[in-house]
Amino acid sequence: MGEILVLAELRQGEVREITFEALGAGRNVAAKAGLKLSTLLVGYNLERAEDGLADYCDNILIVEDERLGQYNSETYQAVVSQVFRERRPALLLMGHTSMGMDLAPRLAVELGIPLVTDCLEIELVDGRLYAVRQMYGGKLNCRVRAREAESYIATVRQGIFKPVKIESRGLVTRIGIPVLPRELRRRVKGVTAPVKSEISIESADIIVAVGRGIGEKSNIALAEELANLLGGVIACSRPIVDKGWLPSDRQVGSSGKTVKPKLYISLGISGAFQHVMGMMNSQLIIAVNKDRNAPIFNVAHYGVVDDLFKVAPALIKKIRELKGLR
Amino acid sequence: MDLIVCVKHVPDVSSAELRVNSSGREIDRAGLNYDINEWDDYALEAALILKEKHGGVVTVVSVGGEEVDRTLRRCLAKGADNAVRISDPKINTKDPFIVAKVLSAAIKTMRYDLILTGVQAGDDGYAITGPTLAEYLKIPHATLVKKIEVEDGRAVVWRELEGGVEEIVELDLPALVTVQTGIAELRYVSVLGIRMAMRRQIRTMQLSDLGLSPEEVASPWLAIEELYTPRVERRVEFIEGSPDEAASRIVEILRARGLI
Repeated sequence: MGEILVLAELRQGEVREITFEALGAGRNVAAKAGLKLSTLLVGYNLERAEDGLADYCDNILIVEDERLGQYNSETYQAVVSQVFRERRPALLLMGHTSMGMDLAPRLAVELGIPLVTDCLEIELVDGRLYAVRQMYGGKLNCRVRAREAESYIATVRQGIFKPVKIESRGLVTRIGIPVLPRELRRRVKGVTAPVKSEISIESADIIVAVGRGIGEKSNIALAEELANLLGGVIACSRPIVDKGWLPSDRQVGSSGKTVKPKLYISLGISGAFQHVMGMMNSQLIIAVNKDRNAPIFNVAHYGVVDDLFKVAPALIKKIRELKGLR
Repeated sequence: MDLIVCVKHVPDVSSAELRVNSSGREIDRAGLNYDINEWDDYALEAALILKEKHGGVVTVVSVGGEEVDRTLRRCLAKGADNAVRISDPKINTKDPFIVAKVLSAAIKTMRYDLILTGVQAGDDGYAITGPTLAEYLKIPHATLVKKIEVEDGRAVVWRELEGGVEEIVELDLPALVTVQTGIAELRYVSVLGIRMAMRRQIRTMQLSDLGLSPEEVASPWLAIEELYTPRVERRVEFIEGSPDEAASRIVEILRARGLI
């Protein structure tokens, strides 16, 4: 019986949520195709991780070695490719994360098998991989067909697939340490702690956020005025931090902060997935964007399809009037 | 220091309304502006900064038809020394594995210490080309790079992990990095620079120059079967009317919820 293999992702000894999600994705495909679901757990000091995974897969394959305590593309590629060649899974899954993005493409080339990245849906149809993923910053979806092959690799987007528990506990198998490269050309030197910020947008009740549509750095003053009037704080999407217009502690999204304010006003943000991840659970979302098809309107409660430079000043004027300000 | 930057010429879709054309597999390209892929622009910036600090030569490489020259000239105008376009109608430029293979064949004929490219492209968003290219060249790599320092035949790079954490990685050169947006502030292109770049030669390479057969670059690993607007259930209520009317309605909503 064939299998689907999920590569677990650890951070400081803990299994990251994406691993359970990837197992959920794998379970759906495995059930339809009549395959077993296995987790490949690579690292060091793995007891805790092993225990947490047993409820989600049929097998846990463990490769444990001091030299594998930290993710390094060179050692992990060596381990995963050797396990892969031995077991020939129909599908190898991992997260579309800083690890999966780093590792999966090289593995695909080394093993000569197709890879589809950042998948939202995965299907094996007559043994062939089909996937749904986004293109053009989330404005369009596409269905991708991989070249015919015996095996495939796919990376799955975070926050899409639900973990699926099973009745039985996964069977643990320890695998001997595969051959590791003797000399590494890539060496991990350390990890930096997240920067402590002076202002915490996470604790704000009201957020006015700006994106690419704000156009110029000087225009941020407009959003600031609105935020001040409402007693809120200003935040932004990634491009604004990339341009150096606002500091990184103002960034909302998967590489920034996750916020859940009472009110989130979004100005000129198209709503790429990475941003939406950080604000979708806000209690009230009002978005202003020129493009009616912008993905921000998929999560907004109220939307205004118009120029933010017309809507925001009008809104400022109305609020000032209401407050008896001139 | 020999620096190679791989760039892609892509449609700017940030404020464009996209339509799928009659093939059902591609966008309608009419009316779209094309420019350098945003992530590649940052890769070029990082390369130019390294050149300013350590000296050397920056070569930009891209795969595609004559339209790509616009992006290459923009790179020259910003300070790149050489531009190479790999062009052959037989190359399936939509497949990231084929593009990486073609790039690797071209780069094998060049000198390089560090190859830089964007983490991903704004059109297909695969994030496959960079690490794949490193594998074809058998050199070490690091993805999602936010800072680069070069010293004594090694590069120390800061990788962006999730949740504001960065990982510091040392790479022996030659190596490849995929650059994340925001690595540095982008420089502007001067009109004069563009004018000067118009006169510069762009070297073109064909399959025959690369020792690749048409079969190797024709059949894709991945094929798009269908492109469509996501069918999502929207909870959004659009507020119609003039900006003034919209503003009044928003104020009403905020007042009803006690937010003003």
